[in-house]
Amino acid sequence: MQREVIPGGGVIGGGSMSALSEESSSYPDGSELELGLGLSLGCSGGGGGKGKSKTPSVAAAGGSWDQFARILTADDFPSVISDKDSSSSSSSSSSTIKAKNNGFCGSKRTAEPSSPPGRSGVSQVVGWPPIKAHRMNSLVNHSKIPAVEEFTSTVDKCKNENTNIAVEKRLSRTSFFIKVNMERIPIGRKVDLNAHSCYETLARKLDDMFRPGAAVGPRRSILEEQAAMADMRCPVRLLDESSEFVLIYEDKEGDWMLVGDVPWQMFLSTVRRLKIMKTSEANGLAFAVE
Amino acid sequence: MAYSFPEEVLEHVFSFLSSDKDRNAVSLVCKSWYEIERWCRRRIFVGNCYAVAPEIVIRRFPEVRELEMKGKPHFADFNLVPEGWGAYLDPWISAMSVAYPFLEEIKLKRMVVTDDSLELISKSFKNFKVLVLSSCEGFTTDGLASIAANCRNLRELDLRESEVFDLNGHWLSHFPDNYTSLVSLNMSCLHSEVNLSTLERLVARSPNLKTLRLNRAVPLEKLPNLLRRAPQLVDLGTGVYSAEIRSDTFSNLTEAFSTCKQLEGLSGLWDVVQAYLPALYSVCSGITSLNLSYATIQSSDLVKLVGQCRNLQRLWVQDYIEDSGLEAVAESCKDLQELRVFPSDPFGEEPNVSLTERGLVSVSEGCPKLQSVLYFCRQMSNTALIAIARNRPKMIRFRLCIIEPRARDYITLEPLDTGFGAIVEKCKDLRRLSLSGLLTDRVFDYIGTHAKKLEMLSIAFAGDSDLGLHHVLSGCESLRKLEIRDCPFGDKALLANAAKLETMRSLWMSSCSVSYGACKLLGQKMPMLNVEVIDESGHPDSRPDSWPVEKLYIYRTVAGRRLDMPDYIWKMDEDKELEYS
Repeated sequence: MQREVIPGGGVIGGGSMSALSEESSSYPDGSELELGLGLSLGCSGGGGGKGKSKTPSVAAAGGSWDQFARILTADDFPSVISDKDSSSSSSSSSSTIKAKNNGFCGSKRTAEPSSPPGRSGVSQVVGWPPIKAHRMNSLVNHSKIPAVEEFTSTVDKCKNENTNIAVEKRLSRTSFFIKVNMERIPIGRKVDLNAHSCYETLARKLDDMFRPGAAVGPRRSILEEQAAMADMRCPVRLLDESSEFVLIYEDKEGDWMLVGDVPWQMFLSTVRRLKIMKTSEANGLAFAVE
Repeated sequence: MAYSFPEEVLEHVFSFLSSDKDRNAVSLVCKSWYEIERWCRRRIFVGNCYAVAPEIVIRRFPEVRELEMKGKPHFADFNLVPEGWGAYLDPWISAMSVAYPFLEEIKLKRMVVTDDSLELISKSFKNFKVLVLSSCEGFTTDGLASIAANCRNLRELDLRESEVFDLNGHWLSHFPDNYTSLVSLNMSCLHSEVNLSTLERLVARSPNLKTLRLNRAVPLEKLPNLLRRAPQLVDLGTGVYSAEIRSDTFSNLTEAFSTCKQLEGLSGLWDVVQAYLPALYSVCSGITSLNLSYATIQSSDLVKLVGQCRNLQRLWVQDYIEDSGLEAVAESCKDLQELRVFPSDPFGEEPNVSLTERGLVSVSEGCPKLQSVLYFCRQMSNTALIAIARNRPKMIRFRLCIIEPRARDYITLEPLDTGFGAIVEKCKDLRRLSLSGLLTDRVFDYIGTHAKKLEMLSIAFAGDSDLGLHHVLSGCESLRKLEIRDCPFGDKALLANAAKLETMRSLWMSSCSVSYGACKLLGQKMPMLNVEVIDESGHPDSRPDSWPVEKLYIYRTVAGRRLDMPDYIWKMDEDKELEYS
């Protein structure tokens, strides 16, 4: 059905309802799929019965959609007050969903104890608190406590060359986030270069970030579950010549260079972004990988 | 009975209609009005670049002069949308470079813009005047050089918060020597140094310059030179606001600011050195918009400055201002409409400043015009939220971020349902709401019942069950954008409210419990929606249908399924066989 949506405006005509009922009658097994139509909660007596008794399994063999699409009543949903198991008829359906999803969703119920004051992994949750990237990059006190720890340890590790610079940086530090992508992983990360004062700690940080099993958030994603099951536990060892991976960076001129060749400060002033590639792939590129 | 007005008369009447809603209504009256209106529509707003295709826009509106468009979902700002998602400007520019030779304005948000696009813009549109790139990416300073060199009538170049691959500052010198039409220049997001004498000459020959937002690299000592050449400035973004403390620098600065009698907006102010703040005092009384969100100074110094801005309407500040500072703001800034308080140390274990819910309550008490709030804090109570709601029933935007997810009312240890409930109940004109803290399904019941004007809702780590989502989808009549992360919302509410999704611009759900099977069903049954599953762990067909999807983005469209998706986005469309279910 040809309808035009006026940019920025609403949809013309009330066609959506009729379109739906046309489509629902063509549903193969003949049962009526009333998505979004006539939904009422709590007051309409009819329609709720079917939905209550059966398990609302999404993956069941065809014809199970009618449970969802039926007029749902308040009984189909768990009671709002925190006591989840109080309503008998809903607990079977809701707990089935919960059982299915608990392994993946890790959603917190109100029964959970309140989070302790202070941080409980806020910095490990992607995109939380919701602060725009350009603002994060300007935060002077970004990751204050981890940074201090990192600094004392990085200063120790990098005593040879960079001690003075590291101390200076700690006094007036701003963040310098750049993007890091690993080959074949579409989701890139960002790393704060100013939190490091030498290549070793940076490599270790990237190692942690891209090693499967690194926490992305309170809920373990499917990726982590699968990767944990797969055989990918070994660290990436980026600066190691014998490593399977190589770390390269794009400089201000747009050229890709091997990380580690120039002094750290010079690297900081020219690096635009980082990439982790398989050594085998990188061999075909312009720079020599020893 | 039909009588005809000459078309020109109708066109003239329509020319007074600027809002899209009005024009859309007009075009529904009859076929001839539709025709006349479409030929004289000059401004197009596309809220989601994938909701419509360039060809469709061009076919209907042949005489467009101004385009405003948005691309990526809002949560892209917080790294929740993977790289390569889309929102490319190129196909639009390619089509419009042919169809709209008289295009004058392009305003974009969260889109991927290439240097090629910028060059094509600069060469295809002879009368090009305004380019605003808000939170965009994908281009370099070379692209800016094309714009500078070729757009002879450019009035506005605004790069606010875009990620520019900043090669160097040379692009600025590509403005021709006889170019004088600049009204607004915002380069605050750039990192490189620009040649200051080039900038000074540009400013000197731009008598119409009203907005100048410098980047951090412009040293404070050089600011007076620029101000002296542009005393007519209305909006100034300084560069870094720190320098070695010298009396001549200070007096220079003070004197330069005193010549800026028209200044209303002040921003930039990176790394403020307190000693130089008094140089600003002469302009304070005229300031209506003050962005101190990059200024790391103590509350007392902030208060000294803000206390003089009696006409302040908009204040952006870091939480260094503390509760005491906000009390002072509530005393002095009676015209305040918008307050944003950003966290200086969001990841710290302990609060580093004394900023609590009390600051916000003070401002809500003392500032009768307060209507827009963005507030980051570490504790909140239902009492405070209820007080805020009672104080400011005219609130339009209320975005609260309690930094710890699922934080309880710190006094009663209850969820914050009643507090936010009061907000939506009392603030009947509320258009935008962001929730945080511990919230049960009850808060969504309140929202569905009361928030009838709500257009955009952001939810994170909240709710107990599908009932929560159902309340929102079935109750919020004006809802256009809904974005949800880490909530236990699943298939039921989504499927039961599928038709609602066609009345909204978009729905984002990540780390929730929507199953792949439900997504497929939605994609099959709703041809006017694009249902896009973002999943990087391989094709979802390799997992059971009950498996929840990582991220889900649903939006209405007349352009059909998009063809430029990266390989980790799966489209749910009519081709999917039902054998899976």
